[in-house]
Amino acid sequence: MSHTAAEMMAVAAARRLRNGTVCFVGIGLPSKAANLARRTHAPEAVLLYESGTIGAKPEHLPLSIGDGELAERADAVVSVPEIFGYWLQGGRVDVGFLGAAQIDRFGNLNSTVIGPYDTPRVRLPGAGGAPEIAACCRETIVMLHQTPRAFVSRLDFMTTVGFGDGPGSREALGFSGAGVTAVVTDLGVLEPDPESCELTLTELHPGASEDDAREATGWDLRVADGLRVGDPPTADELDVLRALRTIDDAASAE
Amino acid sequence: MADLVPLNEGIAALVRDGDTVALEGFTHLIPHAAGHELIRQGRRDLTLIRMTPDIVYDQLIGMGCARRLVFSWGGNPGVGSLHRFRDAVEHGWPAPLELEEHTHAGMAAAYAAGAANLPFGTLRGYAGSDLVERTSVATIECPFTGERLTAVRAIRPDVGIVHAQRADAQGNVQLWGISGVQKETVLASARSLVTVEELVPELTPLPGAVVVPGWAITAVSVVPGGAHPSYAHGYYDRDNAFYVRWDAIGRDRDRFRSWMRRHVLETADVHEYHARLREAVPA
Repeated sequence: MSHTAAEMMAVAAARRLRNGTVCFVGIGLPSKAANLARRTHAPEAVLLYESGTIGAKPEHLPLSIGDGELAERADAVVSVPEIFGYWLQGGRVDVGFLGAAQIDRFGNLNSTVIGPYDTPRVRLPGAGGAPEIAACCRETIVMLHQTPRAFVSRLDFMTTVGFGDGPGSREALGFSGAGVTAVVTDLGVLEPDPESCELTLTELHPGASEDDAREATGWDLRVADGLRVGDPPTADELDVLRALRTIDDAASAE
Repeated sequence: MADLVPLNEGIAALVRDGDTVALEGFTHLIPHAAGHELIRQGRRDLTLIRMTPDIVYDQLIGMGCARRLVFSWGGNPGVGSLHRFRDAVEHGWPAPLELEEHTHAGMAAAYAAGAANLPFGTLRGYAGSDLVERTSVATIECPFTGERLTAVRAIRPDVGIVHAQRADAQGNVQLWGISGVQKETVLASARSLVTVEELVPELTPLPGAVVVPGWAITAVSVVPGGAHPSYAHGYYDRDNAFYVRWDAIGRDRDRFRSWMRRHVLETADVHEYHARLREAVPA
């Protein structure tokens, strides 16, 4: 069965979630990936959305993080101060899923502005929950299409700290979590080097090449020895994923 | 007990030009009708506070009501940009917009501190982010452990406005589903207005529901459908198709103004707003 790059991204990210994992999920690709995992190999994954829904089990993918769909079949619905205070900062979340407009070699993220802060060329939505998700979750998975405009040598604005300037930065800032453990792109997967913390290409999706990944990266991309090629989506993964599209796609089609 | 008033009287009595106003509702129970009434009454120079300034603030900003925005995430959820917000920040149209931006965790802590009558909220947050230089936070030391923590100035709006499902004749308010920062917004504000779907003789207890006593609320207005295109759990669903359509409406200055004229300025209230929407989208 043929598949799109976006589907491969969702599948590759979903496979990284273990059964029973507690995930803090943003809308869009992360929500797609987390719900795919829950409907395939990780039925007991617990999904938390920043709207305060804990253990959400949406029938259809929601358009926003606060659709009624999420509250209706959640284990608990709590206030926004509680979800960020007791649950995220309280250290209860295993995996945070984030997107961004820009990422640098140390997994730091920009979702604030393109261009100077006071006179931006593009004003982006801003931080949302990302800085504290990246600080407090045991690990963070970033999902981002790989292009030279997104994978930059220098961020226009550091919204969210990944590994800061490199080894030791997170510890100095007092962060409890391990930081970015994987960046899943449309070409492959980057993981931080255990010593330098620099994002390193460790896996290619089927059909993508090392050169594709280098050309799509705004810094001199390191490639791991023993670079793997990931498995294509299975028929089952694609069936489940395609059945998941719905509310947002239905709305877009109107 | 809260005064039960028509929405236009409530807005006229509670909100003045130059006030600091928070309209909250985390995706759910967004007080859109109250936002429209602020626009109809031509409020100016407002400092608008909201964690997620989505369509309701896109409309207020585009209609020139805002001088300053305090927020943590400004987008059209699941759709993309807020074009009026971006136009104000990127091009100063229709007026420049000052920004004070936070993280969600920071805003949540600031609302909770405001409700608790504390000068600041405390969290582990903002550390290492460029936001620190651009917003109202400071580092403090824990007096017990010496740990360095972030203090965020409490949010204390002049007026807090939220939507809820229902109220009784004393103005006691009951809401359920995603409760966001509704309670914190009411309790942190000097004056508060709650719009509700309906007035009921008695608030039947519901598991998990939030009740705010009427004596802690300034005014309550009955505004059925007052959250649209957001939703009121148990009453109507989120109009996701409207959020998608808003992208094209908000993108163009003229189209935006003409939509606002037709649906807000030329309508007297939420009933006429909904009637206009039905005309625009035949079934």
